[in-house]
Amino acid sequence: MEQKTKIHAEDGKQEMVITREFDLPLELLFRAYEEPGIVEQWMGTKVLKLESKNHGSYQFETTDPKGNKHRFNGAIHELSPNRKIIRTFEMENTPFGVQLEVLEFEKLTEETSKLNMHVIYESVAQRDQILKLPFVQGINWAHNRLQEIAGKLKPS
Amino acid sequence: MTAGAIASNFDSARPTISKHLQILTECELVEQQQKGREIYYHLNAKKMKTVADFIEPFRKMWDDRFNRLESVMKNYKPKK
Repeated sequence: MEQKTKIHAEDGKQEMVITREFDLPLELLFRAYEEPGIVEQWMGTKVLKLESKNHGSYQFETTDPKGNKHRFNGAIHELSPNRKIIRTFEMENTPFGVQLEVLEFEKLTEETSKLNMHVIYESVAQRDQILKLPFVQGINWAHNRLQEIAGKLKPS
Repeated sequence: MTAGAIASNFDSARPTISKHLQILTECELVEQQQKGREIYYHLNAKKMKTVADFIEPFRKMWDDRFNRLESVMKNYKPKK
């Protein structure tokens, strides 16, 4: 099956491209990025601030399963309705630095659209570290589960 | 495929292709098989999958997120 979301990350480069085609008209896709209430629903975050305009800024907050709060923020350099968003993104209190995101929205048909997300990192190492995060989290999760299960196997 | 057959699909010079194949072989992404005078190259699908898997959780995270976006917007009633 053709994958709807594609990641293109060439070796040794400090950038990555994420593309996705949506069964949504372009206007609805763009609105999902513009309106705080909608962003909250699909990103699973609390939107503390979202100024959808040129030279605006945003701040989101997520709560992990342990109840720890993580904040993300960035500046919106450009917002051209139904066309383009250029913004920065930073995870607060982490060593991952700042990334530049160029989001391009494209109409395919009346009912479908495409998002092209070009992300540029401060360095190759930083990109690779972020790329690995969900992988590492997955392994940690598996280890924790293993420990949990093993903990229950104490000899009686 | 032979190195010649592979090279015919690219604009790069033959030695460049050979060098690439040598590196891919070292990484075990392709395997060599000697048949008479020719060396045939095969994809090592298993190894390819390992390399792809490394990015897969990241892709999955975005895929889940975008699937959510899609379903949220499908139920969205625009205020006119």
